Amino acid sequence: MTPQHTRFPLLSRVLHWLMAAMVLAMLFIGIGMAASVSARYGLLVSIHRPLGIAILVLVVIRLVNRWLSPPPPLPDSIPPVQRLAAHASHILLYTLMVLMPLVGWAMLSAARTPIVLWGSLQLPPILPQDPVLYAWLRFLHTDLGYLLYATFLIHLGAALLHGLIRRDGVFGSMASWRLGNR
Amino acid sequence: MLDESKQPSTRGQALRLALIGAILLGAAGAFAYVGGRLSPNRLTQTRMIAAFEALSGDHPGFRRNHAKGICVAGWFESNGQAAGLSKATLFAQGQRVPVIGRFALAGGLPFQADKAATVRSLALQFLPPGGAEWRTGMNNIPVFPVNSAQGFYDQLRAGTPDPATGKPDPAKLQAFMAEHPEAVRAGALIRQRPVSSGFTDATYNSLNAFRFVAATGAAVPVRWAAVPVQPFVAESAEQAASLDKNSLFDDLAAQIHQQALQWKLMVTIGEPDDPTADATLPWPADRRQVEAGTVTLDRISSEDTGPCTDINYDPLVLPPGIEASDDPLLSARSAAYARSFTLRAGEKSEKPPSAVTAAEIQAGAKP
Repeated sequence: MTPQHTRFPLLSRVLHWLMAAMVLAMLFIGIGMAASVSARYGLLVSIHRPLGIAILVLVVIRLVNRWLSPPPPLPDSIPPVQRLAAHASHILLYTLMVLMPLVGWAMLSAARTPIVLWGSLQLPPILPQDPVLYAWLRFLHTDLGYLLYATFLIHLGAALLHGLIRRDGVFGSMASWRLGNR
Repeated sequence: MLDESKQPSTRGQALRLALIGAILLGAAGAFAYVGGRLSPNRLTQTRMIAAFEALSGDHPGFRRNHAKGICVAGWFESNGQAAGLSKATLFAQGQRVPVIGRFALAGGLPFQADKAATVRSLALQFLPPGGAEWRTGMNNIPVFPVNSAQGFYDQLRAGTPDPATGKPDPAKLQAFMAEHPEAVRAGALIRQRPVSSGFTDATYNSLNAFRFVAATGAAVPVRWAAVPVQPFVAESAEQAASLDKNSLFDDLAAQIHQQALQWKLMVTIGEPDDPTADATLPWPADRRQVEAGTVTLDRISSEDTGPCTDINYDPLVLPPGIEASDDPLLSARSAAYARSFTLRAGEKSEKPPSAVTAAEIQAGAKP
């Protein structure tokens, strides 16, 4: 067997890196605007809402794509505990990428804040008006944001361990510009 | 399988591990920094709200500012005159849209006694069909007391009583005035304003500048005001001396029960050189004014039962055709209101009855 590992399909890699940039931008905009009373606040909010919905749409596309073209198998050298950890952390990442925009949408719905995406394009509310529920979802949105960033850090750390220490091809299976799968 | 010949030395491994650790630490630090966790002196939403609470005390369930208020409702009828300036659907000729409003007194004290000198506010939510909603909070002062979030915070801190004396520290007030000459100038204009006898005959100003954008894409800077149709009656000397606790609110309820109250929505069009980023500076008095329509308010209710309580009058909830200007206070207000709204929404179960109760409004309805 060779150390070269089968790569992710090209579309999967494009979706991964595009969403990596969007989710990171989203997390930094979110944590920044929630602390801010500066002149940037309004602009950040106006980016945060459409970007969040774009992530929700993309993560659905990505899940369908993952189902149609599954990721390459992990190398045999990886012990079962680490396989389980890898599997669980990916489930958590996908769950949070779906949940975060939905909780954001739901909390603004419960607050009856108009959810303007662009110009006159608005999202309809998905919950009845309920300030108590809004407050609960608003705090949940922050907590899930921290959890998503922590999960990202674990993901990044694991990717770097594969790329720099184990050098088992797992890092290259996603971080590759080549067109083919092999 | 791992190719052993490609494995780096133990020292190399350690360096690589250290590099990974440094990258993760840097990433975590960047997140904490952007969230304000590493800079205790940065003015955040939490610190702004804490300054209100330090000044006025803890009043769970109430707005952190403009805490004492009452709900009103009615409608806005457009006369079409602003339709050429702004494509907002509510300005189309003959358009009649529901309005939910709130009259309030400035400050974080929900049970303060009514005083004529206290800044009065009128917040309005316009609900045109199709969801192009507009929210605005206006005050009966000619200019905003400060022109930045930091100025607002500094003013709150300077006015907060010293625990030792129970009074604001004069040295801190001096320092505030030295640091914020714009607030001194604005304060003089605010004190000179004619004070009306009540909520119903007061003019409420947007203070912050916005932009009206026409269907053609042309944009003009604007400020707006709700100008009462009810004639202005100056506050009398007896009134100033003898106000009882809720007299301003009780008068409002009595008048609205008698007949619907009306305000003209007056839009002032700024010239290109007029300041839009500094709400302490008035615009010249000769600026063109357009009457956009009339706000009619014919229903009133206590905050405890009324529809305004669950509304955050966020000045950045704007329909297409009205945009924020470069005034930094718009973002500051929007951000602070959001925090205040989240906190009070979460405290709803702890909230005591408002100063003006439903029973008091009912009593006012009787002739």
